[in-house]
Amino acid sequence: MFREIPEAAAWAIVLAPLGSFAIISLASLARSLGLGRSRPPHSAWLTIGAITASLVLSLWALDSVVQADGHAVSFEPHRWVSIAPLEVSIGFRLDGLSAIMLAVVAGVSLSVQVYSQGYMAHDPGYSRYFAFMSLFTGAMLGLVAASNLLQLFVFWELVGLCSYLLIGFWFQRDAARRAATKAFLVTRLGDLGLLSALLLIWRETGELDIGAIQEAALTGAIGSGVLAFFAGGVFAGAAGKSAQFPLHVWLPDAMEGPTPVSALIHAATMVAAGVYLVARLFPLYALSEEALTTVAVIGSVTAVMAGLLGLVMTDIKRVLAYSTISQLGYMMAGLGSLGLAPAIFHLFTHAFFKALLFLGAGSVNHATGTFDMRQMGGLARYMPFTFLFTVVAALALVGIFPLAGFWSKDELLAIAWDERRWVFWALLAGVFLTALYMGRLLFLTFAGTYRGGGGEGHGHPHESPLVMLVPMAALAALSVGVGLVNLGKGMEHLLVGSLPEEGLAVEPHFRWEMAASSVGVGVLGVGVAWLVYGLKVVRAEVIRSVFWPLAAVLERKFFMDDLYEGVIARGLVLRGVAWALQQGDEKGVDGLVNGIGQAVRVIAQRVRMVQAGQVQVYGAAIALGVVVSTVVILLVNP
Amino acid sequence: MEVGLEHFLVIGALLFGIGLLLSLSKRNLIGVLMGIELMFNGANVTLVAFARFLEGAEALAGQVLVVFAITIAAAEAAVALAIAMALYRRRQTVDVDRADILRG
Repeated sequence: MFREIPEAAAWAIVLAPLGSFAIISLASLARSLGLGRSRPPHSAWLTIGAITASLVLSLWALDSVVQADGHAVSFEPHRWVSIAPLEVSIGFRLDGLSAIMLAVVAGVSLSVQVYSQGYMAHDPGYSRYFAFMSLFTGAMLGLVAASNLLQLFVFWELVGLCSYLLIGFWFQRDAARRAATKAFLVTRLGDLGLLSALLLIWRETGELDIGAIQEAALTGAIGSGVLAFFAGGVFAGAAGKSAQFPLHVWLPDAMEGPTPVSALIHAATMVAAGVYLVARLFPLYALSEEALTTVAVIGSVTAVMAGLLGLVMTDIKRVLAYSTISQLGYMMAGLGSLGLAPAIFHLFTHAFFKALLFLGAGSVNHATGTFDMRQMGGLARYMPFTFLFTVVAALALVGIFPLAGFWSKDELLAIAWDERRWVFWALLAGVFLTALYMGRLLFLTFAGTYRGGGGEGHGHPHESPLVMLVPMAALAALSVGVGLVNLGKGMEHLLVGSLPEEGLAVEPHFRWEMAASSVGVGVLGVGVAWLVYGLKVVRAEVIRSVFWPLAAVLERKFFMDDLYEGVIARGLVLRGVAWALQQGDEKGVDGLVNGIGQAVRVIAQRVRMVQAGQVQVYGAAIALGVVVSTVVILLVNP
Repeated sequence: MEVGLEHFLVIGALLFGIGLLLSLSKRNLIGVLMGIELMFNGANVTLVAFARFLEGAEALAGQVLVVFAITIAAAEAAVALAIAMALYRRRQTVDVDRADILRG
């Protein structure tokens, strides 16, 4: 329809939010120095303006990709670093995968920013918030567009930094600081794998360009062992970012950040970066059976485990966090079953309805002053719009026909049925768990009678302002509708069509019985939740006491936090490694430095006796010196 | 027994050594000054002895030098004793160890 997007416009997608970040930072600095007259609302307008520009350009880019042959627009990469033998270029990779991601990131980001205007309205850190959000959006778009693994890695770490900054946004709170540090350290653990994979592939091929690496892998220039290690290392990074087992522990804690941050970063975009990375290097995974199986196993385990944990959380955002982990597990399991298109399709739909669920949770929090579902209840009467949007998003997540989640989840199940039967059963169990915890969330929050909220001033909850409802309405419309974009297999052709070789990814087949069974399991899950939390046929406490060993294990989150913090962090690192290093530092390094100082002082103590200020001692020294030198001279020249 | 150069030199060295010892060991300023005078004279004896045993025109040089040295020694004694007087008036002592105002 339109002409092809020029490279400068493509780069502007990334640069607009980064520019907004720079301007807000400088303006805030100027304001703190007493210069200029910028006010906090300006930063929100600037951010929204920049992201709107990004969104418009992203849609143009998507249109260009749809029109282009091979569903990719190629731009010549630019030389960035040239230190022989290391040659790194920087480029904009525009194909089906990145174009879809650009549109999703910009779209969700825009609605979240609009919403944030209301949610963050009275926060003293308003400008800082929007500055970080701009930086994040720019970095995330840059990550998606990167054509080079090193370039990708830079943005990868940048989004990690933004995540850290925004989780710890309310840094006055101890829990927020701890959560930020935890998120940073756990994802860094995975990034270690990614970095070593980068070093390995560079040593083997001398290339960091994604296209060149795929080329090398397809022509068989990379040995299968190297390929498996590379894929494994990249997956370690992806598992850290996408909160996959066993590196998932940071994401529930990350809910300490502001809710719109959770919606954008920890539900829709950054946590999907791991899935995106595996999808980006999908041809390499398709060539390595070991790597593919690893991805499938981890994804399935994560999907079921996080679903179970979601059942016992009482904090509404933590339920959603485990749900996110579980859904990311779905995507990974789909990728591990050669389903590139279903996984990305699910990422696409999930971004909208999960962001909406978080915005709904934020809206509920706005009204009740708490995230604890035990203090909510009956909110459907007070907040009809929030209720409606949340129900739409929840049913989309469960996968009820014809909402968005139905289409994407169904494709994942179909591909798993064809490729790996055990993944299918794991995912089907996940569907049931999803329905159960989402039903529980809905009934606890919106049904029954209001239980008082978080203390004073929240006795009469009220609907959120329009500035928060409008973006939620937009996301709700998308949650209903976006599933239809793949009806004509359009998205699938876009994704598979931009792969370097045909036949790498498998296409799912729609089956009526499969669709019916997944919807049936979903309805069953919601029904069980209704019986327990809606009709209260069986009280939840009774169920808990029947399954008490399981409940106890779940409430301690499979003891993983205890293992990581108690055994590994406190025991192994603090008492072991850190203790040894402290001893080495105190006894070794400090000992050497202090020893030198001590020695100098002792010697000086002795030597200073010589210069006592006694003229007669000096005279004696002179006389002695004269005698000694005379004797020496006479002995040498007799 | 013939009195030779060595005898004079031994006398001079003894005088110088005794003077040095005195000036280094005495705490009384007057004693220190007396030691310094002895060292002067030890040097003078040596000079005169060399002049006596040297042949030719240079023989006179040693004696002339000694005359100058005695003159300067007298001036030095006058100044040093004046300092000793001033010190005594101010501090009621001539102990060199206690003249330590300028000590760093």
